[in-house]
Amino acid sequence: MNAEFRQGIRHGIPIALGYLSVSFAFGMKAAGDGLTVLQAVLISMTNLTSAGQIAALPLMVGGASLTEMALTQLTINLRYALMSLSLSRKLDGSMGMLQRLIFSFANTDEIFAVASSQPGKVGKHYLYGLMLTPWIGWSLGTLLGSAAGTLLPAFVRTALGIAIYGMFLAIILPPARQQKPVRFVVIIAVALSLCFRYVPGLNTVSGGFVIIICGVAAAAAGAWKFPVKEDAA
Amino acid sequence: MKWNVFLPYLAVTAGVTYLIRMLPLTVFRKEIRSRFIRSFLAYIPYAVLGAMTFPDVFYSTGDVRTAVCGVAVAVLLAWRGRSLLTVAVAACCAVALAQGALLLF
Repeated sequence: MNAEFRQGIRHGIPIALGYLSVSFAFGMKAAGDGLTVLQAVLISMTNLTSAGQIAALPLMVGGASLTEMALTQLTINLRYALMSLSLSRKLDGSMGMLQRLIFSFANTDEIFAVASSQPGKVGKHYLYGLMLTPWIGWSLGTLLGSAAGTLLPAFVRTALGIAIYGMFLAIILPPARQQKPVRFVVIIAVALSLCFRYVPGLNTVSGGFVIIICGVAAAAAGAWKFPVKEDAA
Repeated sequence: MKWNVFLPYLAVTAGVTYLIRMLPLTVFRKEIRSRFIRSFLAYIPYAVLGAMTFPDVFYSTGDVRTAVCGVAVAVLLAWRGRSLLTVAVAACCAVALAQGALLLF
C-alpha cells in the first residue's frame, strides 16, 4: 500500500471514531422515525454530513416538498462550498478533474480541517486514505444505531437523543465565546428560531424553511454588522 | 418508509450536498471578491447550527426537565472548549442521571 495512502487512513481514524458515535445516534433516530436499516445506511453513505442528515429526517417523515428539502440542504451545507474553495488551493498536481470529482464527495468539516492543516500541498493518495476511514465510521455507526438502537434499554435511547445537539453546542460555543461576531450571529439565529416555534402564526412555517430563514437572516446580519477582515475566510 | 417516497428525498439530499462540495473544487475556482458574501459564508454554519439546536434540544429526550439538565452540562463543557465527543457523551450521561433522579423522587 502507498505510504501516503496509509498516512491518510491513519489521520482519518480519530475522525472515524467521532463519526461512529454521532452516526450511531443518527441511525437510532432514523429507525425511530420509521426508516429501514438499509435506508438509514444509504443516507449516510451518500450524504456524509451530520447537520444535513439530521434536518432531513423530519422533512422526509413530514412529507415536505422536494424544493423545501433541496433549499434546506443548500442552506445547511453551504459552508462546504467555502471549504472546497479553500481546499482547492491546497491540492497538488495529482488532483486532476476526476480526482477532484471523487474527493468532493467527502469534504466534511473534519476532513477539511485535517487536510488543510497538512504542511504543503496534498495529493490524491493521502486524500483517498483520509476520506476512507471516516466514511466507513459514519456508515458503520449508522448501521449499528439503526439496527441495534432498539435493543438498548429505553432510558439509554432517550439519553442518546441529546447527543447530536451536544455536538452542535461543542461546535458553536467555543467560537461564540471568543468572537463577538459569532456570538451575535448565534443569538440572532436562536432568537428567530424561538419565535418561529412559539409565536402564533409564525409557528405554522415548516421546519426546513425555519432553518433557512433563521440561518440566512442571522448570517446576513452578521456579515452586515461585522464584515470579516480582508485576509480571513 | 416506502421506497417510492424515500428515493426522491435521498437523491435530492445527496445530490444537493454533493454539488455544493463539488462545484467550488472543479468549476468555480475563483476567489470570492465580495466581502459581504465571504462574511456571510463564514457565519452561516453558526447561524444554522444555532437555529437547529434551539429550541429542538429541549424536546430531544421526551421530557423538558431531563433535557434542561443535559443542555446545562453540554453548555458548561462546550463553553470550556471540550471536544465534541466529550460534550456529547456528558450531555447523554446528564440526561440519564436526571431520568434516574425523576424516577426516585
